[in-house]
Amino acid sequence: MTTIKSPAGLSRRGVLQGASALGAAALILPAGTRRAAAQPKPGGVFRAGIGHGSTTDGYDPGLWDNLYAQTFAAARHNQLIEVDADSQLAPELAESWETADGVTWVFKIRQGVTFHSGKDMTVDDVIASLNHHRGEDSTSAVKPFFDPVVDIKADGQNVVVTLNAANADFAYLMSDYHLPIMPSADGKIDPTSTDGVGGYVVESFEPGVQATLTKNPNYWKSDRANFDGVELLSIIDPAARLNALMTGAVDLIDQVDVATIDMLEARGGNRIVSISGNAHYVFPMDSRAAPFSDNNVRLALKYALDRQEMVDKILGGHGSVANDNPIGPANRYFFADLEPKGYDPDKAKFYLKEAGLDTLEVTLTAADAAFTGAVDAAVLFSEKAAAAGITITVDRAPNDGYWDNVWMQKPFCASYWGGRPVEDQMFTTAYARGAAWNDSFWDHERFNELLVAARSEVDEDKRREMYQEMQRIVSYEGSVVIPMYNNYVMAVSDRIATPEKISANWNLDGFRCSERWWIA
Amino acid sequence: MQATSILLGIVIAVTAALVSGWLFRALLVAVTSGELRRSFRGAPVTASFGMLVILLYFVVAVLAPILAPFPERQVVGAQYLPWEAPYYLGTDNLGRDMLTRLIYGARNTVGIAFATTGLAFVVGSVLGLWAATVGGWIDQVLSRLVDALMAIPALIFSLLLLTIFGTSITTLILVIATIDATRVFRLARSVAQGIVVMDFIEAAKLRGEGVWRLISREILPNALAPLVAEFGLRFCFVFLAISALSFLGLGIQPPTADWGSMVRENATLINFGDVTPLLPAGAIALLTVAVNFVVDWQLHRASGLKE
Amino acid sequence: MAHVWRMIGQRLLLGLLTLFVISVVIFGATELLPGDLARELLGQSATPETLAALREQLGLNDPAPLRYWNWLTAALQGDFGISMGNKRPIADLIAARLGNTLFLAAYAAAMAVPLSLMLGVLAALWRNSIFDRAVNAMALTSISFPEFFVAYILIVWLAQSGVFPSMVRISSRTTTPDMLYMAFLPALTLTLVVTAHMMRMTRAAIINLLASPYIEMARLKGLSPLRIVLRHAVPNALAPIINVVALNLAYLITGVVVVEVVFVYPGLGQLMVDAVSNRDIAVVQAVALIFASAYVLLNLLADVLSTLSNPRLMHRR
Repeated sequence: MTTIKSPAGLSRRGVLQGASALGAAALILPAGTRRAAAQPKPGGVFRAGIGHGSTTDGYDPGLWDNLYAQTFAAARHNQLIEVDADSQLAPELAESWETADGVTWVFKIRQGVTFHSGKDMTVDDVIASLNHHRGEDSTSAVKPFFDPVVDIKADGQNVVVTLNAANADFAYLMSDYHLPIMPSADGKIDPTSTDGVGGYVVESFEPGVQATLTKNPNYWKSDRANFDGVELLSIIDPAARLNALMTGAVDLIDQVDVATIDMLEARGGNRIVSISGNAHYVFPMDSRAAPFSDNNVRLALKYALDRQEMVDKILGGHGSVANDNPIGPANRYFFADLEPKGYDPDKAKFYLKEAGLDTLEVTLTAADAAFTGAVDAAVLFSEKAAAAGITITVDRAPNDGYWDNVWMQKPFCASYWGGRPVEDQMFTTAYARGAAWNDSFWDHERFNELLVAARSEVDEDKRREMYQEMQRIVSYEGSVVIPMYNNYVMAVSDRIATPEKISANWNLDGFRCSERWWIA
Repeated sequence: MQATSILLGIVIAVTAALVSGWLFRALLVAVTSGELRRSFRGAPVTASFGMLVILLYFVVAVLAPILAPFPERQVVGAQYLPWEAPYYLGTDNLGRDMLTRLIYGARNTVGIAFATTGLAFVVGSVLGLWAATVGGWIDQVLSRLVDALMAIPALIFSLLLLTIFGTSITTLILVIATIDATRVFRLARSVAQGIVVMDFIEAAKLRGEGVWRLISREILPNALAPLVAEFGLRFCFVFLAISALSFLGLGIQPPTADWGSMVRENATLINFGDVTPLLPAGAIALLTVAVNFVVDWQLHRASGLKE
Repeated sequence: MAHVWRMIGQRLLLGLLTLFVISVVIFGATELLPGDLARELLGQSATPETLAALREQLGLNDPAPLRYWNWLTAALQGDFGISMGNKRPIADLIAARLGNTLFLAAYAAAMAVPLSLMLGVLAALWRNSIFDRAVNAMALTSISFPEFFVAYILIVWLAQSGVFPSMVRISSRTTTPDMLYMAFLPALTLTLVVTAHMMRMTRAAIINLLASPYIEMARLKGLSPLRIVLRHAVPNALAPIINVVALNLAYLITGVVVVEVVFVYPGLGQLMVDAVSNRDIAVVQAVALIFASAYVLLNLLADVLSTLSNPRLMHRR
């Protein structure tokens, strides 16, 4: 394979970083999040009330699946690569990385970093931490992403990863929250240990209740992790979370109940931070099963819901209308000019007629486990669709067991995606032929061709074109209704200062609130 | 200032309740005759207020489609609109008319609560009385089984069952009724045990009365008072069970209006002093108090106290 | 006295039988739930491959009866195993939470039991008076509000003004006075929830006796109403009162998951709901057995006390 060079003669890495900068320019941040720039200062204790967390939470990075585990991990661990507030890749434990062909990736590992236990971080630790997610016995949730990885080996101060095919976006995987660098022994990490190189050292942890951490005095970043201590509380009930903030028991809460956002803001003492990212809510339809196998039926449904109303009522305005497009406004190749689909019962009727139907009766299964307000969103969908002659019966399933019983089992249900920083990752995860999480069981010839081609395409414009065509295909021929992109809505006490820009890559400033924020 | 106005409000409400109760009793006495009239005349004001409330709820439940200004599930406007015509009690979190939802809620919630409690009582008391009457191994098996079921926390048990069997209204009724029936069984059995050893039961047995006749003619009438008292409380526990289930993400299927879920849906508003969630909660409370006032009156009559 | 001991022995044996039945019922019900621990741990991101690997690792591929048997034999030796979810010993996981649960139950009971008995006696004494009606109406109103709603209202009144904290945070440094202060609102909520039931039963049990001939006799002798109620009615009404108190105490231990959630109180109820939704069967079983034991023991205690309180039951022929 020849060395891939961009037109300007930049290496692959240069291309990617330039591209990320473009993506960042398109990032929309509401006014409320812009605060006067102030210098971070050390001190104080930061207390966060997080609406997740369970008594089964553990330390195994392959099994972290909720915001509590993720935020807790970000406080004590570092990864090879960080996604910064502008959604660009930034060096963390990897000082730099490069690839000549997209197949062999070389990560230069930072020297002189120590774990909380005092042990020096080595290249072997990095390899063991990555290998935890590979191989037969691995139980890691990111195991599928390591399938293309043929080999990981040390080369002096570098870690060299070899893939089975070129992937221009591979470096993004190293920023995944599942991949912290942990100390190893005999080529294995201990998944029951809290030891990391991160800004805070774990003092105590009760799963599903609270964790307390203290500042890591030897942290290698001098300007980060400014708090003396961090307390992370798991507060599942939205009202309890709200009360904890209002009584000053915590400084930050996530998932503010939309009904109370305005009142909370009017009350003073706290501010609402609303970050638009790539997270979105979806109603996948099983494209193998009638009536959803007919694209006309799918289009009829796509015109039969009032997206703006959903944004207003389900998200309290903290989000934006989505056009059945899983690529969000914070992505690099987001297709902003895709023709929008308004609420249009006549058009819906037209497509029904095209499908040879006068009326349509379908059942939409939902539970709030899919996303907060999923049942309400389904009810709104059902109300609006009635005008188009579509009867949607809403079936509320128990939250418990939703991902087993309903998702990818029922032909039409509610779900969500946290969004992915890379287009390829999003499409490969949920829209590629035969993908494990292709929840609409969708298979589109042209789309699949483009997906493979775009992965190793060098030309920036061609790549953009390809991804935009894919977005159009998913939007108009895909088997998912994506009504809205949901903002990450947090409420922060005025005691706490936040940087000018808060990351749109995941919630709570990319899980890194404890590292990036400081006492006002 | 606020405290005094709340206090004033309570005083006015209580006075209105007493006056309406008094008027309703006068009305009842006027339109009835004979035995019924005598008993109504002796009813305390609280009991007649209770009867008035129950009657009102019943009328609202039956006539819901006529009384409600909008269809049950229709989205009429923006969410949380203020209390102004034509939405006299504002709108809910999806922009549905609150008054309409409350009125339909009467029909759904009271219907479900009544069906559930009724079922629980029929099953629980029949089995309980039967176990106490026949005794022996039937009694042992039933009692141990009920003991075991009661020892599992009700909320968690119903969570388990509903997750297994689904959340249709029928399953909801069956699950809550099953769990409630164990409580009724226990009460019925212990009351009946006190009765079966009495002489008149012995006499009836000697007369050769069958088990079912014995239960329905001799034991049940004497065990009725505590069962009725229990009914009053169990009835309101059903609302609470549904509400607690909806707190944990189960409960009645949307878009059916039901008070328990409505409290849950709007509960966070109370943090900011918004009274919306108080409406369905108040509706439940008023009915509970009313039912139990009537139950108290009946208990008092059954106890034979003459004061 | 001997037959009381015999009764205790018998009941304890029956209690063990009950516990066994419960462990089977809970195990079976958890098995019937869709999904398993592996699925729950991996969540939405599960793939068939990782699921298989995790199931193998957790031993979920064994047939259900074998897994039950393994659990039972270990549990009989006092080994409740480790939580499969977070790899911690279940005994440790439960110990702290059991303490919290018992503390809250005791705290609420210490407020609720005297209050409801007192109100019940007074309501019976002044039956049908304005006091009686008002107490009844208030008690009924307080139980007809869902628990979480009572909690929210108390928080608005007492926590937002800063008088009491709206959530409970327990650390190794927490002292008992701290606990009493922090747990006041949850305890008060529970008090409001259980008082009505006990109060009404006390009142009903006493009134039930007031029509008996011996009370009539006492009245004719010209004894004061208070004396009649306290000296003559209450002792004979003790059995049903003790029973309803026991039932409510059991509820305070086993049924308070909603209050735990609202006040972020780390008790057993929350642990059990979490364990159920994560299909962590060993934890579910352990907590269910603790709850069941509490229930069985409290009922036994109630029966022993009511036997002791009733001379006729004490000296049965």
